Amino acid sequence: MSRPSQRGITVTLCAITLAMFGGATAFLHRVHAERPQANLQEVLYIPSSKALKRMSLGYNGLLADIYWTRAVQYFGWKHKHKSMDYPLLYPLLDITTELDPHLIVAYRFGATFLAQDPPDGAGQPERAIELINKGIQANPDDWHLYYDLGFVYAMNMGNFKAAAEAFERGSKLTETHPFLRILAADMAQHGGELETSRLLWQTTYDSTDDPGIRSNAKHHLQALQVDETVPKLEELVRQFRENTGTQPTSFLQLVQAGLLRRIPIDPIGMPYKLLPDGTVQVQDPEAWSFIRRGLPPRDISNNPQKP
Amino acid sequence: MTNRIGAIAFNTFREAVRDRVLYNLILFALLMIGSSLLLGQITIAVQKQLLINLGLTAISIFGVLIAIFIGIGLVSKEIDKRTLYTVLTRPVARWEFIVGKYFGLVGTLIVNAGLMTIGFFVALLYLMHGLQPGDLSILAAVYFILLQFMIMTAIALLLSSFSTPIESAILSFAIFVVGSFSDDLRSFAESTKGFAHYVAMAFSYLIPNFSALNYIASVAHGDPIPGHMIALNTAYALLYAGAVICGASLIFQHRNMK
Repeated sequence: MSRPSQRGITVTLCAITLAMFGGATAFLHRVHAERPQANLQEVLYIPSSKALKRMSLGYNGLLADIYWTRAVQYFGWKHKHKSMDYPLLYPLLDITTELDPHLIVAYRFGATFLAQDPPDGAGQPERAIELINKGIQANPDDWHLYYDLGFVYAMNMGNFKAAAEAFERGSKLTETHPFLRILAADMAQHGGELETSRLLWQTTYDSTDDPGIRSNAKHHLQALQVDETVPKLEELVRQFRENTGTQPTSFLQLVQAGLLRRIPIDPIGMPYKLLPDGTVQVQDPEAWSFIRRGLPPRDISNNPQKP
Repeated sequence: MTNRIGAIAFNTFREAVRDRVLYNLILFALLMIGSSLLLGQITIAVQKQLLINLGLTAISIFGVLIAIFIGIGLVSKEIDKRTLYTVLTRPVARWEFIVGKYFGLVGTLIVNAGLMTIGFFVALLYLMHGLQPGDLSILAAVYFILLQFMIMTAIALLLSSFSTPIESAILSFAIFVVGSFSDDLRSFAESTKGFAHYVAMAFSYLIPNFSALNYIASVAHGDPIPGHMIALNTAYALLYAGAVICGASLIFQHRNMK
C-alpha cells in the first residue's frame, strides 16, 4: 500500500483540526449553558488588600487596574441584570483604592456606582461617602472629590448641610472649579429644591469630558424636567376641571381651552398620558430610570424620593 | 500505525520518567500537600477544606509545570540530539511522531498525578482518620485536573513544534494563566458590545477554558460534580487537545529539518 501524499496528509490534518475545534467550541458552549453560576462575578479572589499588595511584588498599579476593571465589569453585569444587590462592589473598590490610592476614577465612578439607588446602583450612599473620604485623605488637593462628596450628601442622603461643607472645603483649594462656591451657597439656601438638583446635575454635565458621566447627568436632567412638568400639567388639568366642571379626556381639550399651547411631550419625545382621574404619566415608564413623578403607582417604589 | 505510535509513546514515557525535573516537581507537590497538614493546625474549622484546596492545587500546578517543562523539550531535544533524523528515516510519519510523543507524555502525567493523588489521600486519611463516600468527588476533581494536563501537554507540544524551548515555556505558561481566567474573559465579552464583544467572545472560545475544568473549590466544600458535566468537559477537553495536536502535526509536517 502506498504512503499518503504530503498534500493528502495536510488536507486531512486541516480538516480534523477544524472539525475537532468546532466540536470543542460546541461542547464548551454547552458547558457554559450548564454552569451559568460559574460566572466569576461573585468571586472575590483575595479579600485582603494587604495580602494582595505583598503578592503583587510591587506591581500595585497593575493590580489596582485589574481590580478596577473587575469592579466595572461586576457593576456592569449586575446593572445589566437589574440587580438590587451589589455585595462585592464596595470590597472591590476598597481593594482597588488600597492598591492605588491615587486612582481618582475609582473613587469618582465608584461613588456613583455605590450611591445611586438600586437597580441603577448599589444604594449604599454611606459607603460612597466612606470611599470618597478615603480618596480625599489620599488626594487632598483634588476638587473633584469634594464635589462628589457634596453631590452624594445632597442627592443621595439629603444632607444639605454636609453637602454645603464639602463644596465649601473644595472651593478653598488652590486649583478648584468656581462652581463649588456657588453650589456651597446654593446648598445653604435652597437645599432640597428641584432647582438645586438641576444645578448639581448641570454642573456635572458641564464639568466632565467622560461620555458615561455626561450621559448619566443628561438622563438625570431629563428626569428632573419630567418631575417638574408632571405637577404643572396636573395643575392645569385641575384648572380645566374647575373652569368647565368636567374632567378633560385628552390634552387636546386643554390646548383648545387655551391652557396649553401644544400637546405636551416628555424629554425623550413621547407625549404624556392623561389618565381619567386627572393624573399625568409618562408614556413609557420603562424608559425612565430616575423620575419620581409621572409613573404608574407600582413603579414609584422603584424610584425613591430625591431632592 | 498503532504500533509505531505506541513505540514512540513508550520511549517518551521511559525517557520522561528518567528526567530529574520530574522527581523534583513531584517532591515539591508532595511537600506542599504535607504542609497543608501543618497549616491545618493553625486554622479553625477548615482543616479538611485547606488540605483539599492546597493538595489539589499542588497537583494541578505542579502537573502543569511538568507538562510544560517536559512537553517543550519533546521535539527540540530530539532535534538537538539528532535522534529525530534517525526516527524519521524509518517508516514513521511526522504526525505519528507527534501523536506518539503526546501520548507518552500524557501517560507520564497520569502516572505522576496518580502518585500525587495517593500522597494526597494518605494525608487526608491521616487528617480525618478515614474516608467518606463524599470524598469520591475529589477523584472527579483530579480527573478534571488530568483533562487540564491533556490540553496543556498538547499546547506545549504545539508551541515546541515551531519555537524555541524558552519561548514555548513562556507562551505555554501565559496560555495557562489566561485560560484560568477564561470565565472572566467570557463575562467581559458578555458585558461589552460591538466589535469588542465579538473579539472577546472569539478569544474566550479560542483559548483553552481551564476555569470550566477547575472544580477544586467545589469539592473542597463537599459539592458533588454532576455526571453530565464530567461527560461534557471530557468531550470538550478531548476535542480541544485533539485539535491542538492536529495543529502541531500540521506544523511539524511542514517544518524544514535541514
